[in-house]
Amino acid sequence: MTILTIMGQGMAVLLFAYVAGMLYYGLYRNITARFQKRIGPPVLQTFYDSMKLLFKDEATAFGWMFYLGPVIMATGSVLTLLLLPFLRVWHEGSLSVYGDLFVILYLMVMGPLGNALAVGVSGNPFGVMGVTRGLTRLMGLELPFYIAVIGVMSVAQSSDIWHIIAWQQIHGINMIHYPLLFIAALFSFVGFMGSSPFDVVAAPQEVYSGPRSEFSGKFLGLLMSQNAIFGFAKLLLMVDLFWGGADSIVELILKTFTLFLVTIVIGVVYGRFKVHQAVDFLVKFPTLLGVVGLLLL
Amino acid sequence: MKEGFLIEQERLEHEAAASLKSSGLINDIIRYFRKKSIFVLAYGTGCGAIEMPPTFTSRYDAERFGIRGAATPRQADVIVVSGYLSFKTLRRIIHTYEQMASPKYVIALGSCTINGGMYWDSYNTIKQLDKYIPVDMYANGCMPRPEALLEAFIALQKKIENDEEPSGWERYLENIEWYRQNQRAVLGEDIKPAYEADWYTEGR
Repeated sequence: MTILTIMGQGMAVLLFAYVAGMLYYGLYRNITARFQKRIGPPVLQTFYDSMKLLFKDEATAFGWMFYLGPVIMATGSVLTLLLLPFLRVWHEGSLSVYGDLFVILYLMVMGPLGNALAVGVSGNPFGVMGVTRGLTRLMGLELPFYIAVIGVMSVAQSSDIWHIIAWQQIHGINMIHYPLLFIAALFSFVGFMGSSPFDVVAAPQEVYSGPRSEFSGKFLGLLMSQNAIFGFAKLLLMVDLFWGGADSIVELILKTFTLFLVTIVIGVVYGRFKVHQAVDFLVKFPTLLGVVGLLLL
Repeated sequence: MKEGFLIEQERLEHEAAASLKSSGLINDIIRYFRKKSIFVLAYGTGCGAIEMPPTFTSRYDAERFGIRGAATPRQADVIVVSGYLSFKTLRRIIHTYEQMASPKYVIALGSCTINGGMYWDSYNTIKQLDKYIPVDMYANGCMPRPEALLEAFIALQKKIENDEEPSGWERYLENIEWYRQNQRAVLGEDIKPAYEADWYTEGR
């Protein structure tokens, strides 16, 4: 396993995640439009948006700390993606043999914290409100997700995601064995994907897109691009933990897109919660399901 | 037989589609992205504000052309000035326009922005928006329907793609003194002396 194979495979994974994430988020807008009896934008619309933003000027200057925010977010997304098992056959020569689930869970919180740093520098009240809402929501989101993850880890007797996948290869996938844990994690996952009813952070009506309200031009484009990559990374994490990973690209696309479709449908049907409603719901219902699932292990 | 704004619209569209000038592959690609993705800051000043929700929702669905709303001026490409502008609102419009990141465009909706419309003899509205901020596209009428607004957007897209004349923001930067003079004439001396983004662009 040379450094070149690691780099080559990392670049391939990154490129695939970017393309898939952009297409998924384009389809998100298109499918949402169909639900609302609209024609909707083309599938490449998210790509057009981010590329246009990358070729725009910025209208703001708050110093380097402000611009560090999107870079930290992008770093967190790319690292999360590279440390996750991509395909089962790519065990050799991938970075993912180094990290375990704890690193992933830590990296997933890195983005919001980087964002908080940047927004704090800008001093925009709507941005600060958005960050506060995001961190409040994060408490609610993490509780059921971590409970489910603890369950999965204790079953496989390992915090290594490769071991969790291997366990599922022998005994069957976690979703069927532990449906309560899966449902608990799915609620959190819908929130992590920024889908309704838990999309309280960047609510365009309430807080004018929240943390993003001061970002313009290239940095907003960077935020959109990293969002596509991070979205795919989160889908990959769920597929690895509960659906036993994937052997081929086709299987991976099928599994991740099915999961993505679930979040789309939930997002279309439900309106946005208030912050306290979201936390209230997450702390009560999915957490209870997760605890019951843990007791039944 | 076409009349009224249809003639103007046809002229605008014809001029825009006359000849596709190429200025290098990279520039063509960038202009294509700019054309396909337009974030709109809908500034509801007058009665025109009511025409914008149907334009962006299910009935007329502007998103199929890549046109969608933006939450803040920082993210927007186009500001839609919808209807008459009182002096008080003009100050906000100028402030908002200068906060937007270039390239940026202005769509003026309704007759009030062209010649004052039914407020032609009002004491506290401006009559001609183009004297205060550079307008890229007009949608004529009182009020224009969402179809007219969509037509204005599409004409603007063609204009962006062809890149024939200096866009509004370039004109604004070139003739900033003239615009400031006009703005001072109605708003008094209480207006910023130079273009707001100068302190940013000068540093580069």
